[in-house]
This record gives sequence, structure tokens and C-alpha cells, in this order.
Amino acid sequence: MGENGPKAVDGGKGSMSACSCVARGSATPDDGVPQSTDRRTVLAGALASSVALALPASAVAADPKMARPQEGDVFVFATGDKARSVIGDADLPVGSPPVLAWPMDPQTKTIRDGSRLNQVLLVRLDTAGFDETTRERATEGGFVAYSASCTHALCPVSGWKADKRIFHCPCHNSEFDPSHGAKVVFGPAPRPLPALPLKAVDGAPVVAKGFTTKVGAGAA
Amino acid sequence: MKEGHTRWLWLALSGLLLAPTAASAQGVKSYAPVTQERLNNPEPGNWLQYRRTYDGMNYSPLDKINTTNVKNLVPVWTFSTGVNEGHQAPPMVNNGVMFITTPQAQVLALDAKTGDLLWRYKRQLPEDLFQLHPTNRGVGMWQDMLFLATVDDFLVALDAKTGKELWAKPVGDYKKGHYLTLAPQVINGKIIIGTSGGELGVRGYIAAYDAKTGNQLWRTYTIPAPGEPGSETWKGDDWKTGGGSAWMTGNYDPATNTAYWGIGNAAPWPGDAHPGDNLYTTSVVAIDPDSGKIKHHHQYHHNDSWDWDEVDPPILMDVQRGGRTIKALVHPGRNGYLWTLERTPEGIGFVSGIPYVHQDVFTSVDAKTGRPTYNDKTVPKVGKDVTFCPSLWGGKDWLSASYSPKTKMLYIPANDNICGRLVGEKKPHVEGQLWLGAELEKLDLSMRDKKVPEYMGELQAWDMNAHKKVWSYKFPTQLFASAMATAGDLVFVGGTSDRYFRAFSAQTGELLWQHRTNSGISGGPTAFEVDGVQYIAVQSGWGVDAQRIQDSLTKLGIPGVNPDVPQGGVVWVFAVK
Repeated sequence: MGENGPKAVDGGKGSMSACSCVARGSATPDDGVPQSTDRRTVLAGALASSVALALPASAVAADPKMARPQEGDVFVFATGDKARSVIGDADLPVGSPPVLAWPMDPQTKTIRDGSRLNQVLLVRLDTAGFDETTRERATEGGFVAYSASCTHALCPVSGWKADKRIFHCPCHNSEFDPSHGAKVVFGPAPRPLPALPLKAVDGAPVVAKGFTTKVGAGAA
Repeated sequence: MKEGHTRWLWLALSGLLLAPTAASAQGVKSYAPVTQERLNNPEPGNWLQYRRTYDGMNYSPLDKINTTNVKNLVPVWTFSTGVNEGHQAPPMVNNGVMFITTPQAQVLALDAKTGDLLWRYKRQLPEDLFQLHPTNRGVGMWQDMLFLATVDDFLVALDAKTGKELWAKPVGDYKKGHYLTLAPQVINGKIIIGTSGGELGVRGYIAAYDAKTGNQLWRTYTIPAPGEPGSETWKGDDWKTGGGSAWMTGNYDPATNTAYWGIGNAAPWPGDAHPGDNLYTTSVVAIDPDSGKIKHHHQYHHNDSWDWDEVDPPILMDVQRGGRTIKALVHPGRNGYLWTLERTPEGIGFVSGIPYVHQDVFTSVDAKTGRPTYNDKTVPKVGKDVTFCPSLWGGKDWLSASYSPKTKMLYIPANDNICGRLVGEKKPHVEGQLWLGAELEKLDLSMRDKKVPEYMGELQAWDMNAHKKVWSYKFPTQLFASAMATAGDLVFVGGTSDRYFRAFSAQTGELLWQHRTNSGISGGPTAFEVDGVQYIAVQSGWGVDAQRIQDSLTKLGIPGVNPDVPQGGVVWVFAVK
């Protein structure tokens, strides 16, 4: 409803770049110019697209909100009544459901929520059930952290099967075992969730190292 | 030059090299521009629109492949797309040039006779894009351009001859839960699309863009703002996050210049989370394509609580009822009812609604208005554990039924005996995040009467004049693909996890031919002709909801359910040997 009538909504967002790939033979671009535009427009468009493509990379480095979790980062709740408050030792009893969290630079108080790829699943489990690799990444108190972005299609892994202690992705049913390196136990995900090794400071979870593998969909 | 400027120039120039926008000399040598006349009356050998014709019949008038020779149908070429996930686009053909789309926003042009790749367009998607529905359902065609609606919420125009990107316009913001999966509808140079995002609490809309410039011409929200007609069916601020996505291509009546679009579920799922009838969710809307104005509507069911998107638009056909011919709108609903409506200059009238699969929600349907009443025990609510039939994937989801004007039969790829469980929960909406209103761990399928059913998938044939089911072919597990009827008295459909592509007698339902493919088929077949030879084409590539249903059936331990349906898309083209 509403908003009828001619209206432009470009909104200043440039196009992401694209590839018109050749089928066979040479990959040399054709000299032809599309009928609906001129060469200057093509070059300007290409330049704009390229800048749009390049921007995120430089922006990630420059903007601490977009930077991936760093050693020494603490965690804050991403959702719920305690959203944006620091997660301490007492906030997650062993065996409680996982929480979605953002890493935060404790010095500058910068919450790294500039990219959804920084969102983390934080869970506290009995360490007796951990395999060796998971134990090395966990705190003594049983905190472990993984990327919350499913390796299948990047959906937030927001489900928890308490009886089996399994993460569940509601989008396409992938399931991960956080006691065994978040290995895939069901569904289309091609690889485990990237782990975020932790250390404890006064019992609270703190980032020890960056993600173990690339956060994103598909193969690492 | 300052260091910052130098860096920007370097980035720009290096990006220019990495992102070629010019096209190859390889491409389509001869291309027939797509005009309004051709869209109104497509040549029998071509497939220029998602459902081939504006009326949405998904029917081919070709008959060289028919009941007598279909047993000799063999593959003449295949093409592996190199892409996983749900390949739901029909192979569309314009004078020997085939266009397919794949998940991850790719378009491929292929020589329809030989399978030679003419060009491929790959859109570079953002690294943080999460895809609830990694798929695409095809291009729109206009003149010498193609239009692609992308999962990162852009509308893209391509040169049909080269695959070169002509323009790309943002429609909304994928970070706010908007995305596009449908094949654009093209009417008189207007490119019409509708948004996805009903599971993320968007406010749905349909919008039109100018083919040449990419400028938006109109945008019509499917949920009225306060004060607009229909706003009285919403309470408080629910309209802002009420769903009503429109993620399937509409149909169109050129005689009255009216587009008919189906509208999706209300959000979040439990109805008591958004009290009221919730117009125009789960409705068909009649739209003026020139202005976007909603001329009329009919709501199939009010206050949706079952995720029963009614996005598949009704098929425009003539139906005999009560001794007269009705200009009908026929819709096998996701809610499990077969609806017949009448389209008139005054509005959309209710004619009939009867269940075509087991449905335990409606206790009655008003004879005048078609408004159903509900069995309160099967209406999901916040804090309640409810089981209902059919499941949230419905009697038929987005998949196209097919109507043959020759047999006067409607062919419905249905699912019966599959029910669903939903435990409603109340959670705050977070923009861009999944917002189902259901406890995820308790979202299950179940079988009717908790027994292994005799069948689940069912290809049904309905005589639309007699208003009765004529035949059906039953499958032990789900059927999830569009059906296509042809003038050769055949109905083609894939959709089963055993990877078969099948042809049935349109008159009797007898299985006449089947061929095993690489993966499962969840999209629609097409028929086309090149140099006097008729071909049948389909994409095989399992994923998305077909995969979800399969996973759920696997977990139920139903005997005969294949837990491992391989992914990976392949275009298959068949001809008679």
C-alpha cells in the first residue's frame, strides 16, 4: 500500500560487481558497448562497482566494530534482557542453553557488531564430554565459543537440542556437536563451525586467539 | 596526491581489472527481441515466461512428443551448472537460446539444441549474506534484455546476447531481511518483482521498475499502513513486521490489464501474535500494473497461523459452473483447499473451496464469501503445542500446478498425510534475523494419525468443469516439483527423492516414462522446439525446502525415505530417439 507513483529509490547504494564470464576461448573482454549506454557510462559504472567491491575490505581493517574477534576481547549478550552487558562467570551455568554473543574490546568498549560474521555462540558444558581439541579451546570452567554463522548458508545457528547437547540451525537443519569441535552431525553444512579459542579471566570467557578457520559459507 | 587518494585510486583500478563488466565476443549471434505481442501470444515452440503464458497454465501446446512415443524419450544433452542447492528455475527458451538461473544468482545462456554454453553471468554476493532460501526461479525477458532478481536484494538487467550487466538496482536491504528469489514478471516494459522475508518479519511489497533505466515506478505494500484500506485488520504496530511477502511471479490478464499476485504468510507464525484478519496476507491481490494500485483482493484464510503462504498465484482459466462459463481464478492452496474464484470488473468473487488433501483446520467455508471457520485445537498459539494438517509446507507449496485446455484438467503436485507440529513462542523482532514465533527444537513433521501413510506425494488430476478428481498417482514419500502438461496429452513432473523425472498420461494418469537424474528435481519442466524438433527440459538440483522436508522425514524414521539425495545442478534436455 502507499508509495504509488513514479519514484526512484536508488538510495545511493552502488551495485555489487559481477562477472560476465566467457564460455570458451579467450577471456579478453569484448570491445562492444551495450546499446543502452555509452563507453563513459560503462567505465564510470565499472569504476563505481569496483570501489563498492573494494570498500568492505578497507572498511573491515579500519573499523574495529567490523574487525574479527581479537585476543583479549570479552563477550556481551547479543540479545535478550541483558543485551550488550558483559558475560561473566555466573551468567551461564554449566549445561544451560547457548547464548548469542558479540566480542567486545574491553579497553575501548567497542562491541564488534559491525559484521554479523562476528556473532558467536557461547556455551558452557561439562568438560568431561569434550574431546582433546575442544578442551584446549575451552576454559577450565567449560566455556566454548564458535562462530554463530552456519557453514552451509550463513544462517544464525540459533537452535539447541538440550538432550543431545547439539547446536541446530533452523534454516536447513544442520547440526553441530560443540563438545567435539562443532563437527557436523547432521544436515548439509560442509564443515564444522569455526571455533574461537578461549581463556578465562576471573572465570569469565575471554578470546585467546582468533577464529580457527574462515567464517563463511562453504569450504574453508 | 595524498596517500589516502592514492590508495583509493589503486583500489578502484585494481577492482576494475578484477571485475570485468564487458562481455565476450562469444554470445548469442541472433536474438529475437521479446515484445509485448510475443508475451501475449508466445510461439508454441518458445517458453518466454516463468509459467510460459500470462494465464499461468504452465502448459505447452507442443505435441510431437506424445503418449505414443514418449517411451522413446532420451537425453540429448546435459549441462552441469557447478552450483549446489535448489535449482528451481524452469529452462526458458527464446528461438533456440535457453536461459537458466541457479542459486547464488547466476544466469547461463545455452544453445538449446546443442547444450553449448554461450555465456554465464555470476553475481558476486556479499560475504555476510545468509540465505534462508538459496535459490532462484528464473529470468524475466523484455526486448533484448533479461532481468534477474537476486538473493542479495538487487534487480539486475542483463544484455540477453552477451550476459553483460546493464544495470543493478537495490530493491531493499538484505541486512534487514529482504531478499528476492522469484522470476520477474514483465508487462509492457515494466519489471515487476515481490520481496521475500516473511520469516524475518519484513513488511512485504510488490514493486515495478522501468526496464530501460531501472528506476522504480511504484511500490505497493502488501500490508496497509494505518489509515489505508485494510489497516483495520491489524492491531497496533503489528503491520510493521507483519510479513505478507510476495515471492512468486504473478499471473496477468491482458484483457483487463490486471496482474494477479499471491501473498504470503503473516509474521510471526502464531496468529495470536498478530490479531486480526491481517490483509493482504494469504490472499490474492488484483493489481493495476501501471500504477501498482490494488484493485481487488480475496483472502483465502484470515489471521494465518500455519505459515501457509498463498504466494502461488491463481491460474486464469474458463470454468463451467451452474450452466455458465466463469472467468475463473483457480488456486490449489497451500492451506489444502482447491479454490475457484471468479474475476469480474467489480472484483473477485468466491465460487467454491474444497479440500484436495486431508485438512483438519477448517470446520466450514462460508458459501457466499469463502471465509473459513477454524478448529481451535489446530490453530497454533503462543505457548501452545499444536499439530495440524497439512504441514507448514501445505497441500502444495509454491510449485506450479498445470492446466491443460485440451483435457480441461488441472494437474496438482500435492502432498497428503503430512502434518506439522508448532509450539508458538513470543520473541522480540530483531531486524534481519529469523523470527518464526515457534520453538525451533519442537518444529517437526508428523504423519496423519501417527501412522506410516499409504502415500504422501500425489499427482492429482481434476476435471475443473465437473469439479472432481479424475485420477491420481501416489508416491510413497513427498512430491515437491512443478508439473507441466503438454498438448501431447502428457504431464511431466519430478519432485521425488529417488531422482526420477516422469511422464504420465494426462487422460489416465498412467506412468508412461521415467528417467533417473543426477539429483532431485524441484523446479519446473519446459517444452520447446528448435528446427522442427520438440524437446523437454528440466533442471535437477535438490535443495532448500525439498531438502528440509526430506531431512524431517528422515528423522521420523519413515521406511523408504531416502536420507541422502545428492546435490548439484544439471540441466537435462530430452528428445525422442
